[in-house]
Amino acid sequence: MKLFSRLMPSSGMRQVPKSVTVHAVLLAYTVIALFPIIVVVINAFKERRAIFRDPLGLPDSDSFTLMGFEQVLLRSDFGLYSWNSLVVTILAVGLVLLLGAMAAWALTEYKFKGNLLITFLFAMGIMIPIRLGTVSILSLMVSLDLVNTLTALVLVYIAQGLPLAVYILSEFVRTIPKELTEAARCDSVSEYKIFFCIILPLLKPAMATVAVFTMIPIWNDLWFPLILAPGEETRTITLGVQQFVGQYVTDWNSVLSALTLAIVPVLILYTIFSRQLIRGLTSGAVK
Amino acid sequence: MASVKLNNIKKRFGDVDVLHGIDLDIKDGEFVVLIGESGCGKSTLLRLLSGLEDITEGDLYIDDERVNGRSPAKRGIAMVFQSYALYPHMNVFKNMAFGLKISGKDKAFVNNKVIEAAKKLKIDHLLERLPRELSGGQRQRVAIGRAIVRDPKVFLFDEPLSNLDASLRVQTRVELGKLHQELKATVVYVTHDQVEAMTLGDKIVVMNKGRVEQVGAPLDLYHHPKTQFVAGFIGSPKMNFLAAKVSHPDPENTQLVLESGRVIHASVDTSSLNKGDIVQLGLRPEHMALNCDSNIVTGKVTLVEHLGELSYLYVDIDQEGELVLKVDGDNQHQAGDLITFGIQANHLYLFDHQGKALTRVNAHTSAAIPL
Repeated sequence: MKLFSRLMPSSGMRQVPKSVTVHAVLLAYTVIALFPIIVVVINAFKERRAIFRDPLGLPDSDSFTLMGFEQVLLRSDFGLYSWNSLVVTILAVGLVLLLGAMAAWALTEYKFKGNLLITFLFAMGIMIPIRLGTVSILSLMVSLDLVNTLTALVLVYIAQGLPLAVYILSEFVRTIPKELTEAARCDSVSEYKIFFCIILPLLKPAMATVAVFTMIPIWNDLWFPLILAPGEETRTITLGVQQFVGQYVTDWNSVLSALTLAIVPVLILYTIFSRQLIRGLTSGAVK
Repeated sequence: MASVKLNNIKKRFGDVDVLHGIDLDIKDGEFVVLIGESGCGKSTLLRLLSGLEDITEGDLYIDDERVNGRSPAKRGIAMVFQSYALYPHMNVFKNMAFGLKISGKDKAFVNNKVIEAAKKLKIDHLLERLPRELSGGQRQRVAIGRAIVRDPKVFLFDEPLSNLDASLRVQTRVELGKLHQELKATVVYVTHDQVEAMTLGDKIVVMNKGRVEQVGAPLDLYHHPKTQFVAGFIGSPKMNFLAAKVSHPDPENTQLVLESGRVIHASVDTSSLNKGDIVQLGLRPEHMALNCDSNIVTGKVTLVEHLGELSYLYVDIDQEGELVLKVDGDNQHQAGDLITFGIQANHLYLFDHQGKALTRVNAHTSAAIPL
């Protein structure tokens, strides 16, 4: 009953059709979004022939196999690839959050020359895809001697994620009452401490949102690892999977198994962030 | 504790002049209330005192030290905000201890300070709670507690009671008064509520359009307003104003004619005025009496507000406008009644065309005459 009333906040009979429609739309969207992932996961556990015979069928005793996983885990450097992906993603997301929050705070709180220009540049960063600059990024990385390093990837991803992060976080910083920082200033708290002890904790829910936005494209990216860090030592998961995709024959078992495994870390990260996200949403609701 | 001195303080935001040169002396331990309509610059002045806003021109001294351009922390002030501005992610204890901890005081000292302040404010049982788990009044106390623990030279309050409901406001007002007597602290308090100003202030500063209109003790302002603005601002309900023409200027006994032709005598010095000058006649609701036989006026009651111990009569007078009368609570008059009332000549106020008060002779300064 409690659940029911929570689903339908003003539980008049008039609200029921509306609520049903909303839930139907959301359910349909969920199915569409989850379908490809489910297909990947179930086919990862099937034999090659079974994958082609009945792509949507569940694995049964005949078709079940862990061959793909064996191939991925034992006969390739999957551990290294995951580690690379994880390092790049966590470093990039962490730095995007920190730098993004700092920039957002500075741009909204302080009046200084060039404030508007910098805001404008960040806005341009949202509008212009970073891939347009691939060639110059590559030549820059070559001259910095950063090709085939994870640093190159981290730097590029920070540049890629920062504009949107600054934009979203600025909006949130604006919602923090000015009196809080003023009270802190009266409390003789330094500007850095104000940022780290007061602003940052209050930005947590916003940062969780930004983290999710930033993390997924980085984890899934194939473009920049392929161009900037294709070496054996620095391959990320998405690039590592490509070795099973041949010009003539593709080892679908391995590809799908690798993709299935690649979902796991990002799922864990998402769970961590989304818990923050939900907590943030509800803590604001209660006065 | 400290004295504060403002010397021709000006503030400009871009091209807009907000404060036009404020001079003010605040003694050690004094409770000064800044009052005025919204937009008169009272909050801006408080922010200049706190250091959150830069002073455009003029000198500010705290304890005979010029503090222009110093950060809030270095001025030794503590500010309590209207919205309380408690750090939402810290519990009450941490909220109060934050400033002390940052300044590197040792733990035992901080603990003692916070607990002492919490006991004084009766919030010592709430120390573990988060601000969102507190009621408005409790949040207010925490905000005050946060100011107290720092032992500031000057307390600054920015409309601290306006977010509270009516009964809590009265209660907190009383407690603030007691707290001030206990701490003997220098306080600058901004409000737009004249009752708060009258009850709390040792000294009231009435501000209007970025200027100080009058400074004085509460009763001083009530009995001897220097301008029409102050007269209208202090006192509740507001002073009634009627336009009148001087028919016989006199240093003691002025004769006036209202628009309707009624003649009024006022014990005001109008020797500086000419016959025919237009003045504003000020009548306090509590000074008009039904049994008074001087300056008699007749009017029709349009509305009665019963407050219990007294009632307000809204009386419509032909061609003159509406007056508010404060009468005894047992008064039986009803809307529609015709009533006759009078006012003693030494209870009247006169303001010239610039709004300046004219000197009253034999001014009656005691409380209202018996109703």
